[in-house]
Amino acid sequence: MPAGTLYRGREGMWSWVAHRVTGVLIFFFLFVHVLDTALVRVSPEDYDKVVSTYKTPIVSLLEYGLVAAILFHALNGLRIIAVDYWTQGPRYQKQMFWTVMGLWVLLMLGAIYPVLGHAARVLFGS
Amino acid sequence: MATEVTPTDGVELPSSTAAYGIDNPAPVIEPPRTRTPRTPRATRTNFELYGWLFMRLSGVVLVVLVIGHLIIQLVLDGGVTKVGFAFVAGRWASPFWQGWDLVMLWLAMLHGGNGLRTVINDYAEQANTRFWLKALLFTAVAFTIVLGSLVIFTFDPNIR
Repeated sequence: MPAGTLYRGREGMWSWVAHRVTGVLIFFFLFVHVLDTALVRVSPEDYDKVVSTYKTPIVSLLEYGLVAAILFHALNGLRIIAVDYWTQGPRYQKQMFWTVMGLWVLLMLGAIYPVLGHAARVLFGS
Repeated sequence: MATEVTPTDGVELPSSTAAYGIDNPAPVIEPPRTRTPRTPRATRTNFELYGWLFMRLSGVVLVVLVIGHLIIQLVLDGGVTKVGFAFVAGRWASPFWQGWDLVMLWLAMLHGGNGLRTVINDYAEQANTRFWLKALLFTAVAFTIVLGSLVIFTFDPNIR
């Protein structure tokens, strides 16, 4: 651990850690996603074959995880901007963090049916 | 230069330091790269400032572009089940969606590339390791942006 760090735990540090982890995960997904989309220049059959694996239950669960990472990174990113530019931002950073978490839980509950509904129909019949 | 301010909890700070408060929660730290007579003038630019600003500006735009993309691809019209070559062809027939995807590709890759650059700078302690990791990162970002842009611009719905 480099000397002179200011890790102090609590909402400030853990939101920063989660922002990093989700950011790195999204970056690697994006790299693979551009490669799979590039298959439209190979042939429609190859593209559809790869995309069909995205409709399987296991990959649907990964998609739900991707949505979770993106929504956290987006909401917490807006919180970071508020901390930087809103004069009262640093004072209310904790309240904003828990607002982010509340919105994130609501959106993730709302995403269950659209993202995982198809997987449930495959697994349990429609 | 830190890219994210994480103010600490006022109550956790030692009470002996009267300079701390809820509005001034962090102790004063000397700049790690204070100018000395040997600091070369020409290498000092505002690159990190513009990088910091870019993360905020691109971030706001990406929230709209990416969440719109997720709603279109994963929620509307049967979610992911409708996605296929025909669906892509239908969307890229419109210059609006071509532009949407192109801007999203560029901003997301540059935003993510700059984010990973920060991560490499933070954790890779050897100068050599930092150099090669950033060379690899730059190559991957440039390759992805060029490939993605070519795919959007040269897309042919009648490829077969």
